Amino acid sequence: MTTFHFDLVSPEKLAFSGEVDQVDVPGVEGDFGVLAGHAPVVAAVRPGILTIITAGKREKVIVLGGLAEMSDKGLTVLADVATAIADLDRTKFSETIKGMEEKLAEKEGSELDNAIERLDHFKSIENELNTTAMH
Amino acid sequence: MASLKDMRVRIASTKATQKITKAMQMVAASKLRRAQNAAEAARPYAEKMDAVISNIAAAASASPGAPPLLAGTGKDQVHLLLVCTGERGLSGAFNSAIVRLARERANSLIAQGKEVKFFCVGRKGYEQLRRNFDRQIVEHLELRSVRQLGFVNAEDIATKVLARFDAGEFDVCTLFYSRFQSVISQIPTAQQVIPLEVATPTAHAGPATSYDYEPEEDEILTGLLPRNLAVQIFRALLENNASFYGAQMSAMDNATRNAGEMIRKQTLIYNRTRQAMITKELIEIISGAEAV
Repeated sequence: MTTFHFDLVSPEKLAFSGEVDQVDVPGVEGDFGVLAGHAPVVAAVRPGILTIITAGKREKVIVLGGLAEMSDKGLTVLADVATAIADLDRTKFSETIKGMEEKLAEKEGSELDNAIERLDHFKSIENELNTTAMH
Repeated sequence: MASLKDMRVRIASTKATQKITKAMQMVAASKLRRAQNAAEAARPYAEKMDAVISNIAAAASASPGAPPLLAGTGKDQVHLLLVCTGERGLSGAFNSAIVRLARERANSLIAQGKEVKFFCVGRKGYEQLRRNFDRQIVEHLELRSVRQLGFVNAEDIATKVLARFDAGEFDVCTLFYSRFQSVISQIPTAQQVIPLEVATPTAHAGPATSYDYEPEEDEILTGLLPRNLAVQIFRALLENNASFYGAQMSAMDNATRNAGEMIRKQTLIYNRTRQAMITKELIEIISGAEAV
């Protein structure tokens, strides 16, 4: 299988860099898989779980929003925050969700819509974490 | 004239000072390495961000509906100077170099009849700017309690700046910080962040790739521009941090060397005085013996 170059960068560090077979990116308008030779695309990323597949091995990384850019040089994901699932502090994560829920009351209008949308993304990440934790 | 005991005390105190400056130098050196690593780790993100933005922006800035963060408000009457300095001193000319650059810019803007506002990040810059521009400082922020600079700090500043921009409080925002060149050279830099100055993508080799956008171009751009501001501020803070420790290291190196020089001189005078006294006592004893 042909591989392509993939960089996952967050403001604080270069979280992943290397040749991969496939990357599944949580896009704002739906998840999409990227294989080698994908058409050039710039897509916004929603908070979700990004899957990197290298030689049959899956590596999951939580990204909290950002931007994906596919060009002939490879795929680059600019993530606001990128944390490998293994490194994630689950209690802290659910605390963040609680904090967001509490703040909802103060917001209104389009800001409220955005906050609710973001909260939903966070909750779906947590849901996925809890359901896959058994394996 | 100072007695021998006084001189001994003075030498001891200079030695103690030298020990402190030496320790500070070593602490700065180890912190510098960490700050430098952090600054380097942040570079790929900022570079990619630049590349993507310049790609999208080149197409978007020509269209009339371009977001004001990119196209500007159409005026340049009110300038906001975002001055990032250190929290502490004892770092040579680091803080004053940044402040001097900001002050010169402010004075030339005022001379042109523009209005100037300051947003100070860091205690030292605030203290120095307060002397001349107390009324123009609209906000100041200290990062004193922050142990490890995180992206959240930058985001925090960016949010405050954007809120003021949306309220129409200024037209142009310039960021002042010190770029880290090497341990002995930090360059105070002014960078215009609002409206964003986009490098023309023609400089890149090869034809620009035509991308598919998901969602639409301008939607991505509206989300990206505020982020970019935070990224630029974050980069400035990290560069500043590295520069600060670099400046402190060389300042403390100088101080240690000066203290060594001082100790040498004081010891010389001390020894000379001591010998002179011994000689004097000998003469007294000998002349006393002769008189007998």
